[in-house]
Amino acid sequence: MSIFLSNMPEYAAMILFGIGLSNLMLAKNLIKKIIGLNIMDTSVFLFLAAKGYVDNTIAPIVTVSDLGHIDSALYTNPVPAGLVLTGIVVSVSVTAVLLSIVVRLNEEFHTLDIDEIIRILRKRDREDLQ
Amino acid sequence: MSPVQNVPAFSILILMLCGILCLVLPRTASRRLADCAIALVAAGNIALLLYFLRGADAYIYSMGEIGAPFGNELRAGMLEAAVASLFSIITLLSLMGGRAHLRSDIGRQKVNLYYISTLFLLCSMLALVYTNDLFTAYVFVEINTITACGIVMSKEDGYTLAASMRYFIMSLVGSGLFLISICILYAVTGHLLMSNIQEGVAQLYAQGQYRAPLQVAIALMGVGLSLKSALWPFSSWLPDAHSSASASSSAMLSGLVLKSFIFLMVKIFYRVIGVGIMRSHAVLDLLLVFGILGMVMGSVNALFERDIKRLLAYSSIGQIGYIFCGIGLGTSAGVAAAMVQVAVHACTKAMLFCAAGGLMDASGGSKKFRDIEGAGRRDPYAGVAFIVGTLSMVGIPFFGGFITKLSLVQAAVTVGGWRNLLSILAIITSTILTAIYYINVLAIVFRAPETAPTKASEKLREEWKKQVRLDTEYEFAIILFIILNLTIGLQSDRLMQIITTGLSMFG
Repeated sequence: MSIFLSNMPEYAAMILFGIGLSNLMLAKNLIKKIIGLNIMDTSVFLFLAAKGYVDNTIAPIVTVSDLGHIDSALYTNPVPAGLVLTGIVVSVSVTAVLLSIVVRLNEEFHTLDIDEIIRILRKRDREDLQ
Repeated sequence: MSPVQNVPAFSILILMLCGILCLVLPRTASRRLADCAIALVAAGNIALLLYFLRGADAYIYSMGEIGAPFGNELRAGMLEAAVASLFSIITLLSLMGGRAHLRSDIGRQKVNLYYISTLFLLCSMLALVYTNDLFTAYVFVEINTITACGIVMSKEDGYTLAASMRYFIMSLVGSGLFLISICILYAVTGHLLMSNIQEGVAQLYAQGQYRAPLQVAIALMGVGLSLKSALWPFSSWLPDAHSSASASSSAMLSGLVLKSFIFLMVKIFYRVIGVGIMRSHAVLDLLLVFGILGMVMGSVNALFERDIKRLLAYSSIGQIGYIFCGIGLGTSAGVAAAMVQVAVHACTKAMLFCAAGGLMDASGGSKKFRDIEGAGRRDPYAGVAFIVGTLSMVGIPFFGGFITKLSLVQAAVTVGGWRNLLSILAIITSTILTAIYYINVLAIVFRAPETAPTKASEKLREEWKKQVRLDTEYEFAIILFIILNLTIGLQSDRLMQIITTGLSMFG
């Protein structure tokens, strides 16, 4: 139980990752797929942020008054925060591209259901052959 | 420090800068800029390869001269330089070979957007080849995903949109798994640079700590990257995406993009996790088994295909199986055979896709078998390219494919047990199947039109024949592709030497 309590954010991150991944793979609605992708990415950010957080420490910003007594144990690790920021940028741009494809698909097929789209394409293929 | 050592960093930066410039330039200027930038990068990487061939050792290049724990690093060796030169040369040739299609598929207004995607795609592939930092690798994996989907959907009909959506979703699942695996490795070792992680992992293994997280990280890395490099059974997205795209997009996707992820996977297994730990790991056995299944299943699917570009796409799944079979054997001879296959398949498949574009031009834009009958006579360049490609894929001596199969069998013989027997059986089966479907394609491509043609079909074919516009650029690209294939086949000793020396510098 104590392991569970001390690793709460990691457990939450893994559960969210599972939810996001299964949504991305299994949902039929394209918008739901994109929401799943975002849940998945956010869970990774939670995992990273939890790794970077250390109790009772402050942000790693050195001011002039600190210069006399810098103790690295006082500061949190800044690298995970940097990784989270990079990850957010990537995730936002990927979401934007995906949404733009969804808009084009909706204009072309008038549906958001990926199975329906594939069915329409198969039908077109068959008509093409005849 | 020799000035040629700056090539890796500058080739990545030049491609990025030119990509951004293409956004604002008019279309002719952006086309010229893209060609010049890729040619320049190819020349630089060949110079770097020559520098290594003169006996230089692999080196680490710190970006901005900031040292190891904080800065970002590139690492260049002979293998990296060879792969980077190959990637840039083939990108240039694919662009040239499919240029006429770009005009008709994408439209003149948007062509400079296509060049942005291409330049960033090449940039991300070179970055994956050269980087020594895992998180940089992740960022460039995502750039690669976006631009690869960009060049698929640039054609903008219903097929490519749906295909690129599926491709995008599968790629994103792959990069999500890759990201979480990087996070786990960072959490247990505290490093992001590959060589530092390897030290950390070796230490943890020696002390017997964190076994489970390391196992999970290796497994997730393997699954994530095999999703992106279309290892069977994760390859369901590949035939649609590769067959519906424009000719030069298909050539680049099938020839290069898959290989860049495979190269990254080899790099992570051998430089991040370490050779000793990987060889005793079950992931390699899984890759071997799925590679073997892929070799057979890809060929079986290709047998029943009646669409030239889908057939080539299924054949790619089979050929990717060979690469994973080589990696899965786990010996350095196996990895060398896999690298030979990377080079051979990149040249051959890119040429075949460009030639398929030519055949489609000679058949009124259709890629169905009944329409491309006799297309090899209407467009002799594509016909000759198909003959060369078939000979190489089947594995006739003096062509690239022979070297792959020979080195793969030699590597398989040295490993013991079930791996040996299974992989040799799979190579034989897959070779026979490959021969059947490629020779079938050749027969169709060169078959004379049916004995009693109806008036309508004859008229149609006459019209198609008139439409074949053999522009010099396409002819030039096909001739260069054929020369490249023959060179690889004839200079196989030198290729093997580069690869084995490169692999010894790799770890």
